[in-house]
Amino acid sequence: MNKFIYTAALALAAAIASTGCVHRPYDVKAIPPGQNAQVGDQNPVTYQAPPVQNPPPVPYEPGPVVEPQPISPPAWTQDPKALAANTLHFSYDSAVIRDSDRAHLKAVARALKSDKSANLMIEGNCDERGTEEYNRALGERRAEAAREALVAMGIDGDRIHTVSYGKDKPADTGHSSAAHSRNRRDDFVLLHPNTGA
Amino acid sequence: MSPEGTADGRCGALQKWRPSFFGALTAVAFFALTASAQNVIPVNPTINPGFMPPIPISIEGFSGEALSVLEFDLYVQGFSIVPAGQSQYHISGSDDGNVVGRLSGSGPRDFSRSYTGANIRREAHAFADDVVQAVTNKKGIGQTKIAFKSEQSDGNGEIYVADFDGHDAQAVTADSAIVASPAWVPGRFALYYTSYKLGNPDIFYSDLSTGRRRVFAAYGGLNTSAAVSPNGDKVAMVLSRSGDPNIWVCNADGSGLRQLTHTHADDSCPCWSPDGQWICYATKIHSRRRLAKISVDGGEPVPLRTNGAPDPTEPDWSPDGKWIAFCSQSGDFFNICVMPTDESTDPIVLVSGEHPSWSPNSRTLVYNDLVHYRPILSVLDVFTKQHKYAHNVTGEDSEASWEK
Repeated sequence: MNKFIYTAALALAAAIASTGCVHRPYDVKAIPPGQNAQVGDQNPVTYQAPPVQNPPPVPYEPGPVVEPQPISPPAWTQDPKALAANTLHFSYDSAVIRDSDRAHLKAVARALKSDKSANLMIEGNCDERGTEEYNRALGERRAEAAREALVAMGIDGDRIHTVSYGKDKPADTGHSSAAHSRNRRDDFVLLHPNTGA
Repeated sequence: MSPEGTADGRCGALQKWRPSFFGALTAVAFFALTASAQNVIPVNPTINPGFMPPIPISIEGFSGEALSVLEFDLYVQGFSIVPAGQSQYHISGSDDGNVVGRLSGSGPRDFSRSYTGANIRREAHAFADDVVQAVTNKKGIGQTKIAFKSEQSDGNGEIYVADFDGHDAQAVTADSAIVASPAWVPGRFALYYTSYKLGNPDIFYSDLSTGRRRVFAAYGGLNTSAAVSPNGDKVAMVLSRSGDPNIWVCNADGSGLRQLTHTHADDSCPCWSPDGQWICYATKIHSRRRLAKISVDGGEPVPLRTNGAPDPTEPDWSPDGKWIAFCSQSGDFFNICVMPTDESTDPIVLVSGEHPSWSPNSRTLVYNDLVHYRPILSVLDVFTKQHKYAHNVTGEDSEASWEK
């Protein structure tokens, strides 16, 4: 009999537990307050001196440390129109300058030779296919390819700056292969020194 | 057809059903192996990305926001939500003011608990985490954060921080510029990211608790893709200061900068092995896109075997060290893949998408999928392949980095 009551009590307890009749939770957990991210300040709007601006010598390749080159500094006025007709175009996943674009490069070199005070910004771009950071690297290679070609034509490399926009600044926002072809490009922006003002 | 058609046009017709084709192939191979050779022991029988059955669980008593949080959190951590009679586990409770939750079906790990001190969303995430911990013995992801870029139609955007499901997003920049590649500092409420705020792609460091930031790398050319070592003492990144985009590494304070790779190609997307010894990245070897790893001390790069996954990019090494997630090209689009770091099997194709980033518990990935050519964040349970879109913020959300 005792055994029967004991079993019945056990069964009842199990039934209560399994049907969730126990409404009082065993424990209470306090959730810590959430951490709020602060919007970044607007600084630096000008170059401060971050630690990497003057890095120590590179251990694996001792030699002159290249100082960072600020691009499009306030000292320059951008002229995107002057060389707009000389944009270079590239094949898919390629940073090789096409023979048919050599005339464009020569025109850019002529412009820089005729105006010794001007500098040049080369903007490398990609089509929308391919992942973002891979395209950012590919765009840089396209700009660098044009820079190397211009240096080979006798232009001082210090006058040439590069920037990659990856796939973030398409010339054509379409998704056709024609749009892709238009977007795989190097745009040339002439930089004129600001005088006085 | 544009010139690039030659490279990927061949598989263009296959691209839509390729993942399932691959999955079926791998599954058939797996079963054939286990059926025909009983002595063959699977490489890792407990972990089989893409082919694990979900865990059936039933939910009772919750509504509205609490219910949607529980359903989302459990689904993307490998549970299937089923009616009460069909479940292995059962959760019940209420969300009247605070979340009260109970778990049954797990024997000694069953619990009953009330949550206080936060809003319903955060309390529901905490309850989901407790359920995941009890059932899978892994720390849940419900209370983790992600950082990502959100881009407007003009190409400019801002860096955001949000809960892992995309909710409660906050902008941490106000640059109105191209931004890219946010990366968490392990164990700290801080980010590195790329911004064109100064005209050039430069790397910034931002302390999210104060909002203070500073320029970290601003050399001529490209500065992008910062990746912090697991113990936080070093930063790998892509710089083109020596000409081509290569992998560089420096100390967290910016000192000790050195060039790791010297390829005349476009190296991109460095990530760290959890022991801090290796950096895995995307490169080009003999005109072919490859993944490679290189010792943080330098030396020769070691190409990784990614058979069946063409044009691999965007690797991310799992915190438990076992997997590398990456994306592989399929026609004009990409698939998320995982491969064992010991290269014991070929990569496994999971779903379409780009830029995978591992959760701290090495089970889930956040990535971006394309919907009508617009990237949207999605959360993927690697083992069941269950995935759901995260809450969309403002524009085109991509390049998520999971807080570690």
